[in-house]
Amino acid sequence: MVRAFDEMRQGPEGPVRGAYAEVAAWLARTPLEELEAKRAEAELLFRRIGITFAVYGEGGDPERLIPFDIIPRVLGRTEWERLSTGLAQRVRALNAFLADCYGPQEILKAGRIPARLVTGNDLFRQEMLDFTPPGGVYTHIAGIDLVRTGPDEFYVLEDNARTPSGVSYMLENREAMLRLFPKLVARHRLLPVNRYPEDLLATLKAAAPERAGPDPTVVVLTPGSFNSAYYEHCFLADEMGVEVVEGADLFVENEVVFMRTTAGPRRVDVIYRRIDDDFLDPLAFRPDSLLGVPGLMAAYRAGNVALCNAPGCGIADDKAVYPYVPEMIRFYLGEEPKLANVPTYLCEREEDRAYVLDHLHELVVKLAQGSGGYGMMIGPHATAAERAEFAARIRARPGDYIAQPTLALSTVPTLCASGIAPRHVDLRPFVLSTKDEVRIVPGGLTRVALREGSLVVNSSQGGGTKDTWVLENDPSPSTQPC
Amino acid sequence: MLSRTADCLFWLGRYTERAANVARGLSVTLRLASLSSELGAELDAWRSLLVASGCAPGFDAKHAETTQENVVDFLVRDPDNLSGIIPCFSAARHNARTVRTALTVDMWGALNDSWNQIRTAEFQGERLPGFLEWVRERVLLFNGAAQDTMLRGEPWLFVQLGTALERADNTARLLDVKHGLLGRASQDTVEYGQWQAILQSVSALRAYHWVYRDRLEAAKIAELLILRPELPRSLVACFGRVVEVLERIAAGQGGRRGECHRLAGELHARLAYGRIDDILEGGLHAFLTDMIGRTARLGSEIEAFYIRA
Repeated sequence: MVRAFDEMRQGPEGPVRGAYAEVAAWLARTPLEELEAKRAEAELLFRRIGITFAVYGEGGDPERLIPFDIIPRVLGRTEWERLSTGLAQRVRALNAFLADCYGPQEILKAGRIPARLVTGNDLFRQEMLDFTPPGGVYTHIAGIDLVRTGPDEFYVLEDNARTPSGVSYMLENREAMLRLFPKLVARHRLLPVNRYPEDLLATLKAAAPERAGPDPTVVVLTPGSFNSAYYEHCFLADEMGVEVVEGADLFVENEVVFMRTTAGPRRVDVIYRRIDDDFLDPLAFRPDSLLGVPGLMAAYRAGNVALCNAPGCGIADDKAVYPYVPEMIRFYLGEEPKLANVPTYLCEREEDRAYVLDHLHELVVKLAQGSGGYGMMIGPHATAAERAEFAARIRARPGDYIAQPTLALSTVPTLCASGIAPRHVDLRPFVLSTKDEVRIVPGGLTRVALREGSLVVNSSQGGGTKDTWVLENDPSPSTQPC
Repeated sequence: MLSRTADCLFWLGRYTERAANVARGLSVTLRLASLSSELGAELDAWRSLLVASGCAPGFDAKHAETTQENVVDFLVRDPDNLSGIIPCFSAARHNARTVRTALTVDMWGALNDSWNQIRTAEFQGERLPGFLEWVRERVLLFNGAAQDTMLRGEPWLFVQLGTALERADNTARLLDVKHGLLGRASQDTVEYGQWQAILQSVSALRAYHWVYRDRLEAAKIAELLILRPELPRSLVACFGRVVEVLERIAAGQGGRRGECHRLAGELHARLAYGRIDDILEGGLHAFLTDMIGRTARLGSEIEAFYIRA
């Protein structure tokens, strides 16, 4: 595998890239013990606030802390603006695609995307046909995972158009950095991230049905305290000043949604739902679901409540549909994509499958509908037996798998047991859409693979996070090592 | 506020108070048992504690013999007894975790630390008095954290409601443990010691002397614990608090009231204008049994109006 691009400097003696000038100087003058003490302090801070992420099925304490790395990841203003424009373009196209697929289906009729990937997809929701959500927006909150392989090479790794999580870490990470390293932060002019809760609330309010008036009642719907992202659900609700509700707190009467409060039933206008489509409404989807609200879909279709994100967004972030996103951008917006896709092989295409089976040792194989880093294989790191197993799985169910070249993800200096060392990172910016505008808080959540050489950044697979800094001004191109 | 949140907070107040009250009940029984003059009488003390706390049926289903060790185990640890001290802490912590954002960091800390320590605490034999004292202190710490740090909105009021109602129930039950003792005048030194123990269990021995400046008398003890508003754990004080809290919730909701408001007012008025002679004449046990029943009904009415509506 080619050597990874390090975002701070190429090699221990190489020139420091401009954006990292202050960080590199700080690292050079701060003794390792002091950094380690700060890391311990950070851990205490996170544990006291109670930011945990639940990991199930592995034994041990399920209430775990996501490791936080105290060395920030830094992006220049221009770098970020390029990404930001590309992200807005991409999410606009995804929303247009969803509106089209649940409406006239022109892109399918034009043959630009195979219809079976869309209408034949498990995640396609018949219930959404012939219905336009308030404002025509489907994915109000999207998380787009980006990776980098060089100074100017960014790729979209995957789209998360359903219920992306992680934004609370983005916010808490910045808080932690401000508390731990006020001086270092002050030496930079950072674009702030703390307006995210306000932007989110504005986005949710904008999604409300018209009759709700200027101050609609918004709630966050959580599956409950056993969900891995429960902390985030409570955090966001708290920051927005709205209630976090479970299915049993809501009921539907005459196609209107109410929540049970001490002052009697209160009408609900917008539901930021953090539960999957399948569990939303036992009358419409899985009948055995206890998490949802019976009658919710009927209320939604009657235009009495907004669901964010809309049901059925899974067809837009499916990994088998992903290769067609650039096509969507051309089709709906008449523009060339500003952010590239990673070349992707669909195992159900015969030609692609033959290539994948021949090149398993150099490819990453993923489940088309998987998430969280489960059910994937990284060819160069896999044993012969693992590769053989995946080859058998691909032959048995080719439609379930996609493959991509193993990218040399960029690295950022990270505080590890052995000292400061480069570790691979990705970036998940959060994109908020209303019918009029797209808003993106500068930066996003940087996830870092803490194990040496590992390319898997998912928190469920032992990944950590970093604060992501976007500088208000562009730095000078590079400086000499300090 | 969400009904589910109110439910959690109301029961958070009840469970923490109940844990402390079970500790109080155990303390007074320990003292009464050691004061018994007759052989075998100390076992009666443990028996009456089980009966008064409403735990006798559950206990008898598991234990053939009423011994101190069995009773203590059942009232402290046994996970099948939902009114036991450790199960109460466990339920309180679970409720607190569910409505974490409605609590302050200090309240959560007080509860979470207690929970972490109590799981491995030793409480049998010589350790019992120290353990019971610790339980009371932890609940005092939690109540103090709530008092000092919680915003005075509906969440606060529902915790208060749970605490006041549970406390009323407990005072009635503690009195009922030895209602026979308070129904008659006596100069027996053993009985005198027992009266002292009852007062101590509700932190009221000194209070008695301040209020009456006299020797202990059965009727006055009953009056202090039932009818004197100055004593914060008396029945009248607890129901006064319940009425006050319910009124404040109603005021915050534009005067919306239900059966629970009427019932609480009625109960309070009965105590506020009652006379101890009349109560004793009708029989203390009958009175207390009636109070315990009405307290339970008030609890159900509060839940019916605010939580399960």
